[in-house]
Amino acid sequence: MKKFWFLPIIAVIAIWSCSSDNGGEDMGMDDDVALTFDRGAMLANWADNIILPSYQSYEADLAALKDAFDTFSTVKDAQNLVDLRQAWLDAYIGWQKVSMFEIGPAESAGLRLNMNIYPADVTLLESNVDSGNYDLSLPSNRDAKGFPAIDYLLNGLEADDTSLVNRFSTGADADKLLVYLGDLIDDMIQLTGPVVDSWEGDYRDTFVTNDGSSATASVDRFVNDFIFYYERFLRAGKMGIPLGVFSGSTAPNTIEAFYKEDVSNQLFLTALQAVQDFFNGKHFNSSTTGESLASYLVDLNTLKDGAALNQLINNQFNEAKGRVTALDTFRSEIENNNPPTNMLSAYDEVQKAVPLLKVDMVSALSISIDFVDADGD
Amino acid sequence: MSSLVSYFNKYEEAAPLAVFRIFFGIMMLWSLIRFWSYGWIEKLYLTPKFNFSYYGLEWIKPLGDWTYLLFIICGISALLVTIGYKYRIAILVFFLSFTYIELMDKTTYLNHYYFVSILSFLLLFLPANATFSVDAKYNKDIRFQYIPKWNIGVLKLLLCIVYFYAGLAKLNSDWLLDAMPLKIWLPSKFSVPLIGNLLGKEWMQYAFSWGGAAYDLCIPFLLLYKPTRKLAFVFVVLFHVLTRVLFPIGMFPYIMIVSAIIFFDASLHKRILVVISKLFRFNKTVFDNQSYYKPKPITVNKIKYTIIILFFTVQLAFPWRYLLYPGELFWTEEGYRFSWRVMLMEKSGYAQFKIVDNNSGRWFYVDNTDFLTPFQEKQMSFQPDFILEYAHFLSKHFKENGIENNAVYVYCQVALNGRLSKTYIDPEIDLTKQKESFEHKNWILPFKDEIKGI
Repeated sequence: MKKFWFLPIIAVIAIWSCSSDNGGEDMGMDDDVALTFDRGAMLANWADNIILPSYQSYEADLAALKDAFDTFSTVKDAQNLVDLRQAWLDAYIGWQKVSMFEIGPAESAGLRLNMNIYPADVTLLESNVDSGNYDLSLPSNRDAKGFPAIDYLLNGLEADDTSLVNRFSTGADADKLLVYLGDLIDDMIQLTGPVVDSWEGDYRDTFVTNDGSSATASVDRFVNDFIFYYERFLRAGKMGIPLGVFSGSTAPNTIEAFYKEDVSNQLFLTALQAVQDFFNGKHFNSSTTGESLASYLVDLNTLKDGAALNQLINNQFNEAKGRVTALDTFRSEIENNNPPTNMLSAYDEVQKAVPLLKVDMVSALSISIDFVDADGD
Repeated sequence: MSSLVSYFNKYEEAAPLAVFRIFFGIMMLWSLIRFWSYGWIEKLYLTPKFNFSYYGLEWIKPLGDWTYLLFIICGISALLVTIGYKYRIAILVFFLSFTYIELMDKTTYLNHYYFVSILSFLLLFLPANATFSVDAKYNKDIRFQYIPKWNIGVLKLLLCIVYFYAGLAKLNSDWLLDAMPLKIWLPSKFSVPLIGNLLGKEWMQYAFSWGGAAYDLCIPFLLLYKPTRKLAFVFVVLFHVLTRVLFPIGMFPYIMIVSAIIFFDASLHKRILVVISKLFRFNKTVFDNQSYYKPKPITVNKIKYTIIILFFTVQLAFPWRYLLYPGELFWTEEGYRFSWRVMLMEKSGYAQFKIVDNNSGRWFYVDNTDFLTPFQEKQMSFQPDFILEYAHFLSKHFKENGIENNAVYVYCQVALNGRLSKTYIDPEIDLTKQKESFEHKNWILPFKDEIKGI
């Protein structure tokens, strides 16, 4: 007896010493059905069918923007301006589909901060143009570059296209403007290239093989980033802040693509659709779906109140999309209504998805939100 | 009554109490160093702009950079307790400083901190320095090989209460019939070696739920009963190491494992002391003086017994205070803390506060990250007393920033044990008009479900 009673202790200590605080080692699955949801398969679907193709498409959009710019700088006419503006908008739409993937290479590059900080700081931008002496890689210039800066140069400088073409061809600052515009586009291309390379290279495997369930595992980290994006950049940035829901007074100047005016809804809806597609594991530019947060929820059998949580979340996304689609442009909603009741109630529908994601989904997946490094009991 | 009196007159070797003192001191010192080394003093106490206080204890706040000194004092007193130098003062300082630390912000509330606090309070009344201590080495007047048995008995009783009440708390329909919250927690632990891929199985989740409840309810008796003691201790180690592997519960498993040694006979403790004395190369024979603890004057003893009896009466009664509140305990959390309800709920929430300027009608939502750390926000979003305290803080903050006459509303969604999130607080209620008290908060919306059981 005396010799044997500590054997279980040794066994347990063996388990325990093998399990680091971070966990994350893969374990052999049984030959038959997977016993728990295969997080690795979901990560692979995210990486291979959604994240990488979205980035590649975005990179192509930026290349097309560069081409359109080159064409315009060679022949500065109205048609080429329209094409350039369209290429800008296409890239902006492409951006909405990758903005949420701020993890790994995009996170270290600070892609979102460098690509789409709005409103643009027009004073800074103009002084940069004027001096011709600027370093776009500096954090201090983030307010004067990316899509919002191009928005200003293409849509905010002059009242109509004829004057704008004249400004770019014969204006006193024509050369400086053109150089700045070209630098802005180059900056975006330079920032995006390494991110795509990284996903095409090593990072994909780093991401997919980190399929554990600790706070540093890919699923846990990405779900946190995903919700953060939804709350902060989609909900607050694109709607909440212009509506003034955090300040008490509307701020139409903070609308995304402020100078283009009529595309803010489209940009928002593209981003929301991208979020929903990601949630459902829908492959980029295809109707095929793969393992996703939605299928994970189905697998965990979180049937509540008669409706599956994945369905409830999709319903809420659909409701939000419907409400936003019915709106006039954000700028006219905000500037022509006091208070902007319709847009506020659309915002409420966008908002309602937050607790579903942040409370219900996260709790069902047993992911801790904003990883808190402290003991529990 | 006469048997109780005779129990109080029984004597026992002082060795178990000395071993307990030494291990307790080491565990506490280790806990404090660990806490500091993880940067938690700064993160949990110094970074927050606002601290959640216990009702009535609002004056207990972090002390800025002096908080580090508080931890140093606490650590030194733990060290002194370990070696038994100026024991009474050391344990008093430890109790006060540790309790102060735990009361600075209720965001960090843990049952095991509460356990440490009340345990150190109890130790204040026990002659834990009677043997194998610096005090006893140099002062033969307090050097006793034998002490009244009850001094060890009260420690066992406290441990039994902790386990048994933790077990009672598990006797509810969520835990036993739905295997909640383990059904949520266990599948995500698939990367644990050996048992990882079993944790997704439903039978395993039920086995853990029922096993956990049975363990908590039975282990006190298995430890008290000599024939089952060794086996029970194996269970203690097994159980706590398993919880350590599965959940982020810090030092608690180690503290409980080490504490459970108290249940063994004095002979084991004497052997432990021999090992320690050999390890540090000092002679322990001076402590084997065959002397019996000299009772204190009768009035001193009376006060001591009264305090200890009161202490245990409170310990036994306090966890039941939730019965005085209407509504579901897990939902309202009125009477939830300080009751050994450990790892019982998967509860999370989302709270959005709306500030209304009563004069102009202008309103806006608060960005909680402006005021709270992520940990505070997480804890605040599903506990009514946190929500109210934060609402009052917001009202004051905006009053000072130009909105003299304001109202604060909250839109709060809470999910409990796998149920779909529901609105938690009446969104029509102006929280600035509500006062904190021990009375039921009638602005918590009903649970609309039932959890049967204790």
